[in-house]
Amino acid sequence: MTFTRRRMLVLAAGAAAIPILPLAPIPAFASAEEAAKLMADFAAGKEAVAGKLKLTAPEIAENGNTVPITVDVDSKMEGDDLVQSIVIFADGNPRPEVATFHFTALSGTAAATTRMRLAKTQNVIAMAKMSDGTVYMDKKEVKVTIGGCGG
Amino acid sequence: MNRRLFAAHSALLLIVASITGKAVLADPVDDSLQIDGTEIITRAPAPEGLPFDQVLSGWLFREAETRATEADSFANPGMLAVERGAEIWNTVEGTMGKSCASCHQDAAKTMKDVGAHYPKWDAASGKPLNVELRINKCRVDNMGAEPYKFDDPNQLALTSYIKHQSLGTPVGIDLSQGQMQSWWDRGKELYYTRTGQLNLACASCHEGATGKYIRADHLSQGQVNGFPTYRFNTAGMVSLHNRFRGCIRDTRAEMPAAFSDELMALEVYVTWRGTGLSVETPSVRQ
Amino acid sequence: MATTPKPRVRVPKSAAAGEVIVLKTLISHEMESGQRKDKDGKTIPRKIINKFTCEFNGQPVFSCDLDPAISANPYFEFSAKVTESGTFKLTWVDDDGSVYTDEQKIEVA
Ligand code: HEC
Ligand code: HEC
Repeated sequence: MTFTRRRMLVLAAGAAAIPILPLAPIPAFASAEEAAKLMADFAAGKEAVAGKLKLTAPEIAENGNTVPITVDVDSKMEGDDLVQSIVIFADGNPRPEVATFHFTALSGTAAATTRMRLAKTQNVIAMAKMSDGTVYMDKKEVKVTIGGCGG
Repeated sequence: MNRRLFAAHSALLLIVASITGKAVLADPVDDSLQIDGTEIITRAPAPEGLPFDQVLSGWLFREAETRATEADSFANPGMLAVERGAEIWNTVEGTMGKSCASCHQDAAKTMKDVGAHYPKWDAASGKPLNVELRINKCRVDNMGAEPYKFDDPNQLALTSYIKHQSLGTPVGIDLSQGQMQSWWDRGKELYYTRTGQLNLACASCHEGATGKYIRADHLSQGQVNGFPTYRFNTAGMVSLHNRFRGCIRDTRAEMPAAFSDELMALEVYVTWRGTGLSVETPSVRQ
Repeated sequence: MATTPKPRVRVPKSAAAGEVIVLKTLISHEMESGQRKDKDGKTIPRKIINKFTCEFNGQPVFSCDLDPAISANPYFEFSAKVTESGTFKLTWVDDDGSVYTDEQKIEVA
């Protein structure tokens, strides 16, 4: 096999000037700053720590219109060890907000899967808030490539 | 050159470069597909006359998350169309007060494996019919209803529902009926004819360049065993003739109309090229 | 698709007491983002499912606030811990005020 992921990305990057985007035409993109502000609001003064929250997303999305993502917090989901909510942001979409999941002790686990839109290659960010206010974070860059056949 | 023209021009060059160049090539994945416990044949020995040994489902050329969505019939949004098809099956329409079910009863029994053997010769109309045209014939002749227009959502749903009754069944069409062989010949000619500004044939991409990348698209053999297909691109069902037209448009050629003799001939021939692959409807593609 | 959104839900028919089960839901909906333009350059108004909730015997289990970045035909997979037999109630709320619901029973032994 002569193919490497890197070569494919080089190829895709070469095509980046071609204005075919899943949500085209797209107005001004949200700046990463706007995402940063929403993240700070969610953290409410706490330092977001890595480790307990895991965000799963494809390294390369075959189509930016439908990108599966899963969030999962290592938590007993009872007593003090309870996840209240998980929020998802995308720092290169027209708006950074994607979704907010709310959990309860009846959730059993703090895990959820959905599918999202990504207008271009960017970071997907997940943040989880525990019942004691602790905030966890995870981040994945997802490469969004452009197809060759309109079909 | 203005920006838009320039972009369109570079897109063309890129397409030609990616299929004629040596650059990027990847094998289809080594993976197997089951859907609800049904084994799906994604590799089959090629029928006599093709210049390769194996016919390969487009599923093998897709990324992991796209493959996973097709493998899980619940996660597959194409199943929404199949369920809608089941509703239509039972809905009375037309002047004769009948539904499909009035005559064909339980589709799970009466339509089992039917879709795997289409297009099929129809002596009355003197041409091959695909499932879409067969449905229209029943609507007109047997129900007193209007034929569906091309790509009517109900046509897509009912076609998906009927094809889905063949899930797992190997594709195989009967070329011995009527003039099927001459339609096949005509389809083959079209498949290898270079057209458009890009001077490309179906074969330039789906035979000569299988495994290469056009931008992010991993080129498959262009098999039809999964149609109608759910595409992430449009978040909806795509019919076979819509896909054909899209591929032809990409070569910057004139597009024949859906259900025209050209596209019917092409459907006969391309379906034959996938002989032995399981019906995957509704397949999931990028 | 312009047809009425239709939910699909997959919940196990039975479970052991205290078991954590997985629920999957899918609803047909275009999730018009409000960021697309039509042929005449006019913005197509936003129309999305903005809220999804799951309750079990009247108690909240899981919910989600959706933004336009959620894909068409919204899909959710999540879990629930069940200690007694009962009914899941799933609700989707549309921007236009429409509410779509589905109920699923489960036997817990
Ligand atoms: C009044 C009875 C009647 C109704 C109503 C009817 N059909 Fe048919 N259908 C037939 C008959 C008769 C045939 C032809 C059998 C043959 O010649 O092979 C047929 C053939 C078919 C076939 C081809 C089967 C095969 O083995 O190739 C399909 C597919 C089909 N119908 C679908 C439908 C659908 C979908 C509907 C509803 C939109 C429908 N039919 C409504 C009577 C009916
Ligand atoms: C410029 C290259 C190109 C040409 C020429 C071309 N296609 Fe395609 N076709 C593609 C690409 C790219 C895809 C999407 C990736 C894939 O499945 O190969 C595709 C997809 C398809 C698919 C869907 C496959 C699946 O698994 O769902 C079919 C069917 C198809 N093409 C048929 C044709 C036919 C018939 C012709 C000739 C009329 C044709 N194509 C010409 C590039 C091309």
